[in-house]
Formats: sequence, structure tokens, C-alpha cells
Amino acid sequence: MKTILTYDATFEGFLSCVFYAFEYKLLGARIRKSSDAADNFFDEIIFVTSEENKASRVWKGLAKYASTEGKNAIFKAFLSELADIEDSLFHYIKHVFVERNKASQCIKNYSDPHILKIAQTVKKVGREKHRMDAFVRFKLTKEELYFATIAPDFNVLPLNAKHFKNRYADQKWMIYDLKRNYGIYYDLFKVVTVTLTLDSNISAASCQDTFFTEEELQFQELWQQYFKSTTIESRKNMKLHLQHVPRRYWKYLSEKALI
Amino acid sequence: MEYIPIKDYFHIFVLIPNPQLMNFDRIKEKLTILADAAKYDVSCSSSGSKRTNKNKGLGDSSGMGICHTYTEDGRCVSLLKILLTNHCIFDCAYCVTRRSNDIKRAAFKVQEVVDLTIQFYRRNYIEGLFLSSGIFKDADYTMERLVQVAKKLREEENFNGYIHLKSIPGASDELMRAAGLYADRLSVNIEIPSEKGLKLLAPEKNRADFIKPMQKVTSEIIKYNNEKKLIKSTPIYAPAGQSTQMIIGASGETDAEVMYTSAYFYKKFNLKRVYYSGYVPVRTDTILPAIGTDVPILRENRLYQTDWLLRFYGFDVRELLNKEHPNLDTDIDPKLSWALRNLQHFPVDINSASKGMLARIPGVGMKSVSKILNARKFRKLNWEHLKAIGIASNRAKYFITCDSRIFESKDRTAAQIKGLILQESNSKFSTTYSNQLNLFAAAEKPLLA
Repeated sequence: MKTILTYDATFEGFLSCVFYAFEYKLLGARIRKSSDAADNFFDEIIFVTSEENKASRVWKGLAKYASTEGKNAIFKAFLSELADIEDSLFHYIKHVFVERNKASQCIKNYSDPHILKIAQTVKKVGREKHRMDAFVRFKLTKEELYFATIAPDFNVLPLNAKHFKNRYADQKWMIYDLKRNYGIYYDLFKVVTVTLTLDSNISAASCQDTFFTEEELQFQELWQQYFKSTTIESRKNMKLHLQHVPRRYWKYLSEKALI
Repeated sequence: MEYIPIKDYFHIFVLIPNPQLMNFDRIKEKLTILADAAKYDVSCSSSGSKRTNKNKGLGDSSGMGICHTYTEDGRCVSLLKILLTNHCIFDCAYCVTRRSNDIKRAAFKVQEVVDLTIQFYRRNYIEGLFLSSGIFKDADYTMERLVQVAKKLREEENFNGYIHLKSIPGASDELMRAAGLYADRLSVNIEIPSEKGLKLLAPEKNRADFIKPMQKVTSEIIKYNNEKKLIKSTPIYAPAGQSTQMIIGASGETDAEVMYTSAYFYKKFNLKRVYYSGYVPVRTDTILPAIGTDVPILRENRLYQTDWLLRFYGFDVRELLNKEHPNLDTDIDPKLSWALRNLQHFPVDINSASKGMLARIPGVGMKSVSKILNARKFRKLNWEHLKAIGIASNRAKYFITCDSRIFESKDRTAAQIKGLILQESNSKFSTTYSNQLNLFAAAEKPLLA
């Protein structure tokens, strides 16, 4: 019989599970999102409530013993939302708390399959974060807000905030994750997390002029024209194009979407 | 009653509406012409600058470069890459905008380029501006306009995004100094790798005109780096350095000539990058490859691989290309080709070799090298570890030993190893270099049809 600790899919929840596992000596337990763990006869399932003070104790411990690189790796890999990433993370965290002062280099032990898995996941999440830095397309609404919708593979918005804040310091902007139904909003001073009930027509081609200025639509047209003119026909390579701009992102890119 | 000509009324009416909306169609037409003319410039890098956002202005180019999208030919779009104008007084054979070519001409106003850049940037379409130009009137007159655009962006718009300006061959030192104060990167394309090629294809230009602005920028960058040590507030000068571009396959140079030129420029002018651009036929002419000739994409690829070996892998250009081997192999990559000529250095023990030697193993890239160096501190690595780390073992296995009893122990000749590797691998370029395969493909087609 295995023990499975379940949590509410938040990072604090996950760290609370780690705390719980150490507290009750359940180091062989598995950690799963409560939505992923189905009840069955063979496993004992315990739901761990997310508690901020417990989570922050674990986080402080990690800050002390794991290197900054290791700590960041845990957070980034967690954002991947992969079904079994908790196993690798828990494995690494246990390692850090056993080795303690000698743990700072553990994150580079690529011959350990769990650590290699974390490294590879961090890479994937980092790539998706970078893609969102690139693929966000702001549209200027009639309320003078630069607005963009995205649906990234991983939950990368928390990682993007700093980049956009540094860059667009003098304009109000919002990036909204349609898949996870939350967004980040910058009000010229700080970035905050928001949840909205979006008008379902906001992405519809026919309703663009209700939300956006005429000038906005013209700049989109100019951008599309630029995209077309800058292609060299005699070097056309759609396979490579698709590799770089996978089709699942097209509907959020003004140069690929049909208006 | 005074008579007012109707023309004046008309004039007033024309001025009142929003100029943005008025000029839209004209701007679109200009953008079409001038983006099309600029697309043969390969450089699109937007990294390496240290410019951060100042006073809550617009933009930041301190991070890594970002490719905002990719064209259908698979090239990155990172900057708004346009010509200020495609009017040109020169008649270089390889260039679309040459004087004698019968094409539509257009010119942007300085303010139009500034507006386009800002509006595109605000929508997160681009990392900044890459501005080049045909040469109208003379070099200085053209360069001055380019500098004006950059100055306006920096000083009036408080724009901190990336700006790449083309140095116009023959531009004066004063203008090059000013250009570097506003731009992140400056570049001048030497276009033709050898002087004899330049004589043939662009007799009106001479090499010295290309070198002069490049030399000025190099010395300004050195000066900046020295002054910076003493005075912290020294205004930054071209923080992302210089680059250049060569056209490949237009004037009959060997790979050795191309790469020696490139190595010379890297060393002499501290260039950040040299770009290689396969010649895209733009005219029917006897001295140049005809229209419809394939762009030498494979050759371009091998040259870039060599370029990387020089910059990141510690190779010297003489090891890769020399009198005996003036051209790169097409069927295998340059590192493998070097290894096959120098089998005396192999096999390499993964668990003890130096970083420099690890970097020379075919199928092992710099990312893998760093992973191996870190991982081997914890334990001896075997084949499983190496595969998980991500080396290309189909090539590497003939050149390494690791913590395993199973390895290639046969003493094979270079030709045998090459044969085995080619047999096991499947290159996307195979149809390009293998004539035999082409013959089969041609023979099969009618059967299938």
C-alpha cells in the first residue's frame, strides 16, 4: 500500500505536502495534485491543506541548502504542471535536506535520472517562457490598454512578468492566459494578477472594431505586410517555419491569424 | 469681396484629418518595397546589448535576443529590418537595388521610420530597428539620415530597444562616432570575400571604403572600454559591437578563402559575428549564377558550422581548412571531417579528458561538454548517462571510451568510420549532395506517375 499526499495544485500546497511528509516520516509517499489522484482500494490518499507558514519554512530551508540555481529549478519545473514532476522534485528536495551543507552542487548531478528530468523540464519551461516573451501580441484597446491573450503549454506567466514590466514601463498592459483563466496586469506602477470574465467575442475577427481602435487594425495590417515582404520566396522552407512557429500558437499571432 | 482660389480651401481640408490615417496606404506601399529590399541582409541578432530601461521610458535591450516570429523561409524576425530608401548611386552586380535594375523605388521620411518602430515595438512585434539604406547623393549624406533616425528614437522617444545601423562605406569618422552613441550594433557588409571578386562585381566600390568605418568603430569601442574603467559615466558606444556579411557563391571563392577572410575580420576588428549569405540569384547575367539556380544552403550551413568551431570550440581555421583541404566536405560536418583526418588524438576518455578535448569529439556540443564536466564529478559516466545527456552517439561512439566494457575496439580507418556513420545516419541534406540518390529519384518519378 502506497501513501499518496494530495494538494490543491498550488506551489504552496506542494511545499506543504513536503512539510507533511517530513513531519510524519512519510518519505516514501508520493505527491499528486488532488485532481490527478483517483480514489482506489490499494493506496492511502491524504489531502494536505495548503499552509503558508509551512510552505515558507520548506522554501527557506531550500534557500539555505540548495543553490539559487537549485531553488529556481524547483519552481520552474513545478510550473510545467506535468503529472509526475512532483516525484522528481520530492526526490531532489529529500536529497537536499539529507545532504544539507553539501547539497549546493546536487542540481548538477545529471547522472541521476530525477535530476536530469528536472533539468530537462526546466529547459522546456524556460523555452515556453521565452516563446511567450516573443509571441505576445499586444492590441491597443479603445480604453488605451495594450491587451494580449495567450495559451501557453506550461504555466509560465509568473516568469514573464518581470520581462514585460522592464520593457513596457510607460504603457498599461495586460497579458491573459486563456487556458488557466488568469492574467497579469501592469498599471504603470506594479504588476498584479487578475481574473476576468472575458467577452467571448474578443478574439473573433468580426468584432475587432468593437474593442480595438481603427489605428490598431491598421498597424496589424502593416505588420502582416511586413511579415510577407520580408520572406525570401526562393528559400521557402515550411518545415523549418513550423518548427519555429508551431501551429498551436498561430491564433494568437497577428501575422498568422486571418483577420 | 476677395477672391480666394479654391485650391487654398482644399489645402486646409487636406491638413486637418489625422495624418496617420491619411498616409496609411502610402506607408504600406513603402513598407512593402523597402522591407523587400532589405531582406537579403541576414543579421537579425538583438542580443548582446546592455541598454536598460531608463526613466520609465519604452523598451529594454539588456536581456537575451528574442525572435518574435519566423518567416516562411524559416528565418528569425527580431528587428524591423528596412531600408531608408532603395535609391542607389551604385551598380553592384549582386544587389537588387543596383542603379540599373528596373524596380519600384521609394524612400521613408525620418519621422515615418521612427513612428513605425515605436508602434511595432509597443505591440511586442519587434526587438528594435535594423536600418540600412541605398546610397543616395553620397556616403555622408546617407549616413547622416540613418543617424538622425537613431537619435530621434533615443532622445525624443526615450526608446531603449535595440538599434542596428548600417555603416555606409566611406562615411566620415565624425558620423561613425555619432552613430555608435545611439546604435547598439553597427555593421558594414564586405559582401564579396575577395578583392578580385569585388573588382569584378562592384567595380565602383573599393575595399578600403568598407574597412574605414569598421576601423573607426573598432577603435571607438576600445576607447570606450578603456575610458569606462576610469569614468563610470562615459556614454556607451555600440554595446553590441560590430558584424559583417559575405555573399557566398557569387564570385567563385573557395571555402578556405571565405573562412580565412572571416577569421581575419574576427581577429582584426573584434567582430561579434560574420554572417554568410548564400547568393540568391537576382539577375540574368553571365558573370553571376543565373536566376533559378539553387541557393547554396548546404554550403552556407557548413560555413556556419566552421564559424562556430572557431568561436566556441577552440579550433584554429588552419586546422579545418588548408592547402590540402581548401573546401569543406558536404556530406559530413567539419568537426567530424577534422577528427577523421586526425585519428591519432582518439579515442578520448570521457571521464578524464580536458574540456578542450571533449569539445573536439564529433557529436558532442558545448552544452553536452558542460553537462559531462559537471556530471563526472559525481560518478564515472557510462553510455546510458551520455545518451541521456544528449550526445549524438552515432558519431561519437567511434571516438570515445567511457565507464563501460562495450566500446568500438576495432582499429578502423577513417574511410571505414565515415562509411559506417553515413550508413547509420540520415541527413536532411542527403538529396543535395548525393548525385546517386538524385538519379534514383529521377528514375522513380515516372514510374510512380
